[in-house]
Amino acid sequence: MSQIFTIAFVLSALRLATPLVLAALGGLYSERSGVINIALEALLLAGAFTAATVTHFSGNPWLGLAAAIVAGIGVALVHGVACIRFRADQVVSGTALNIVFLGLPQLLAGALFASTGATPQLPKEQLLPWPPIVLAFALVPITWYVLDRTRFGLRLRAVGENPEAADTAGVDVARVRYLGVILSGALAAIGGAYLSIGQASLFTRNMSAGRGFIALAALIFGNWRPVPTMLACLLFGAADALSIQMQGVSQVPVQFIQLIPYVLTLVVLAGFIGRSRPPRALGVPYQKK
Amino acid sequence: MNKVLRELLFPAAAVAAAFVVGGLLVLAVGDRPLLTYELLIGSALTWPDGIGYTLFYATPLIFTGLAVAVAYRCGLLNIGAEGQLYVAAFATAWAGITFANLPALVLVPLCFLAAIVSGGAWGAIPGVLKARFGAHEVITTIMLNFVAVALASYFTQYHYKPPGDPILETVAIGDAARIPRLGRFLPGFPERIPANVAFLVALVACLLVYLFLWRTRFGFEIRATGASPAAAQYGGIATGRQVVLAMAISGALAGMVAINEVLGYRYRYYDGFSAGYGFTGIAVALLGRNHPLGVIVAALLFGALLRGGLFVDIFTEHVSKDLVMVLQGLIILFVAAEAIFRERLRARAPKAT
Repeated sequence: MSQIFTIAFVLSALRLATPLVLAALGGLYSERSGVINIALEALLLAGAFTAATVTHFSGNPWLGLAAAIVAGIGVALVHGVACIRFRADQVVSGTALNIVFLGLPQLLAGALFASTGATPQLPKEQLLPWPPIVLAFALVPITWYVLDRTRFGLRLRAVGENPEAADTAGVDVARVRYLGVILSGALAAIGGAYLSIGQASLFTRNMSAGRGFIALAALIFGNWRPVPTMLACLLFGAADALSIQMQGVSQVPVQFIQLIPYVLTLVVLAGFIGRSRPPRALGVPYQKK
Repeated sequence: MNKVLRELLFPAAAVAAAFVVGGLLVLAVGDRPLLTYELLIGSALTWPDGIGYTLFYATPLIFTGLAVAVAYRCGLLNIGAEGQLYVAAFATAWAGITFANLPALVLVPLCFLAAIVSGGAWGAIPGVLKARFGAHEVITTIMLNFVAVALASYFTQYHYKPPGDPILETVAIGDAARIPRLGRFLPGFPERIPANVAFLVALVACLLVYLFLWRTRFGFEIRATGASPAAAQYGGIATGRQVVLAMAISGALAGMVAINEVLGYRYRYYDGFSAGYGFTGIAVALLGRNHPLGVIVAALLFGALLRGGLFVDIFTEHVSKDLVMVLQGLIILFVAAEAIFRERLRARAPKAT
């Protein structure tokens, strides 16, 4: 056992948890404002593809990261306009975006690089292996502070819990929700950028591999609060690191270790460990009277 | 406005809008939109190959579209059809392998039962979690999808893989478990086209779902629960039971994809066989207005796109078959946000109504 929990293992867990933390915090801003965001997977892919592509053409990973944020905000705004302006079913809209992004990066990669979905390999000096990790974990206390101690946080929580009351108190519900959705796009896209220009050195087909859904699981597991959500991401990151380390070594099939996040979430949802309580107005479109 | 007209108008507008946005994308990557669409649709309409393959691709989509539609009628969004069909495909292959020596008359019904029961059971889990613990079915079905794929892959890899086979697939099912291709009865329809009896089973399933939802008490109670859970409960309907029932039926329908895939096409469980049929099922159901007839029409459309996508891949310079996935997503998005079209319509005729 002592050989498993080395410094290398801890670092590996931190690295694997980073995209989860960024996507989950993104989801937190959207969902605390009352807009379900199951499009985290699409946002990760949008960020990953944009970051790798722009870094390739400009040679500057910071520009790649900035472009990823813009792309993430753009995609999130499509979700926001559909859900807030046109009162679309939020789960359906998110699902639609996830499906679009199963195809769109490959479509563009095919045209730009004549490949079947991958972007060209980036040289090592054009990668950002550390900044997104630092940013992800710095954002946890910042998010806590914003949510609990600022006017914006109060309004965000208010429109997520009771939009009628917030409206009566003079809060522009739609505006606050748009801000929540925009923040979710920006943060999840940084998580995606980390996948392609931090962890790896290129974008590959469907490289998020369900991380958007694991981030969603962490958000539920963490009861829509920043610190517990981060802890859930670390737990899932550690499970991932463990499954990589045990590949070929242990008797336990990898499939079972990879299942830990999903099964734990099911157990939490069934109420065996604690109870998760979503924001009261989550998923309910608001129509000004 | 005429109700039937509206039911047709908004889906048609959503498809048109998705094709316009898709066309802009085609233009952006440097190809000609009209030529691309001509390839996409045209190659699906040739006889016998185009139509044959369209029917083949439409078959799993009818099942998953029905699955999503039944759940939706009960007010539930089943994102878990993908997991349900994986569990069922493995269970069906297992039955076809384990009881390979039984005669076809027994084995085929047994394999059908394996598909229906296993898919139904996997679908019932989120139903129970919702009815008993209030867990949202969207989250639980997403999680169960991952569990299903991992379990099927585990059992295949460790227990049912032919030794030395580099591909993750099970050994073949017994000959008696195989159902015939349509070419066996249709003159002029070659047997190399994989469209099989499962397509006819899918049509029968549509009829049965229609009769169940609109002609039986259970179906009425499911629809009442979907329309207004509070009112249904007040009217004496055990809504929790309806939720479990609807999810079980939904899972069973998704599981019937195994009939097409395992009994009619590959004759084995093949890891990663589904081209997102469960997710496309959401598009099929929404576009088909959660009605069996609409599901058939929408499944044929998406089946044609899957077939045509292969030709776009080969015969255009830049556009790949990924365009089909993008179109699917866009159609769902426009169907979901149909208020866009409703507002245009209202803006144009403000005083007519």
